[in-house]
Amino acid sequence: MILTAPRVGMDDLERRTGWAIKPQGACKAEVCVPLEPGTAEDGDVDVASFARQLRMPLVHDGDHGLWALGPPAGGRALSTAVAPELELPDLSGQPFALSSLRGQKVVLIAWASW
Amino acid sequence: MWQALRSELHPAGVEVVTVALDTGGADAARPWIEAARPEHPSLIDAAHVSDELLGFVNVPNAVWIDEEGVLTRPAHPAHVQGSGFADSPVPEGLPPRIHDMLVEVKKIPNHSDVYLGALRDWAQRGSASPWALSPAEVVARSQPRPPGHAEAAACFELGQHLWRQGQRDAAVAWFREAHRLQPDNWTYKRQAWTLATTKEGEASDLIQGPTDLYDGNWLDDVRAAGAENYYIAFE
Repeated sequence: MILTAPRVGMDDLERRTGWAIKPQGACKAEVCVPLEPGTAEDGDVDVASFARQLRMPLVHDGDHGLWALGPPAGGRALSTAVAPELELPDLSGQPFALSSLRGQKVVLIAWASW
Repeated sequence: MWQALRSELHPAGVEVVTVALDTGGADAARPWIEAARPEHPSLIDAAHVSDELLGFVNVPNAVWIDEEGVLTRPAHPAHVQGSGFADSPVPEGLPPRIHDMLVEVKKIPNHSDVYLGALRDWAQRGSASPWALSPAEVVARSQPRPPGHAEAAACFELGQHLWRQGQRDAAVAWFREAHRLQPDNWTYKRQAWTLATTKEGEASDLIQGPTDLYDGNWLDDVRAAGAENYYIAFE
């Protein structure tokens, strides 16, 4: 997740990472991680504090005023076998949601032009 | 190739979805997709979102998903055709680097017969197939993500963002850092190398030779890692 400031709105954070800020902490699916006081205030999240508590790397490029929040560290690429929501465009730019294929088996193949 | 797979498996209730991992976006992937004339969803992942979500570290890689939206196979190599080079000698008279690349390509394991058999079995038998893993096995067999790999994902994302903004020197520095942190992630390497070596307006460079920008290149890195380790085993 690319950021241009060290604070992010709670709604934006949830939309882009799936982590929702709730009274009990940062929550995603059945998991809730209690947050230290001050991490989330007035609708905003202190990204450095959030990242440290969720074991997510936060990389900063000072020359370009950018931050990148990486995925949680210490486990596996998958924390659950439930397929993540993935919405990507086709060649014409039309978005396609993987979940629209529910009810069929799916082989999702990653390839590249390189 | 993927369209042929789709034609075979779709009557058994399997849909094929292809995802092009290309920082160059639709422009980079378009010639291949248009030539294939796919009947299946053919998506473009210019930000490499699916690498991070699913743990792809090379291409072709795949995951299997059942009717309930549950993964039955985490990211794995997905060869559905044998290597065209496996059973024939490397032709004479090629430029030395291409000759040496083909020598390495011949050593890369390709178990397409096993993979296709597994895929057909799963298509027919679903969760009763011995190739379908339990949810716990799927998670346990997905790519490990130690702190360095998580940081590599963030660095690679920064590199891509800067590249798309035209900040190419800055992007290269972040790509290099991603390579240092996760040297066995071929997706990070091959994508960055090809961005550096592809000429404007031309198809993606597959040779990915030495440059002043990166310490590695396809041939030298495959030799160093061992061609037999280029893909994780499918088992």
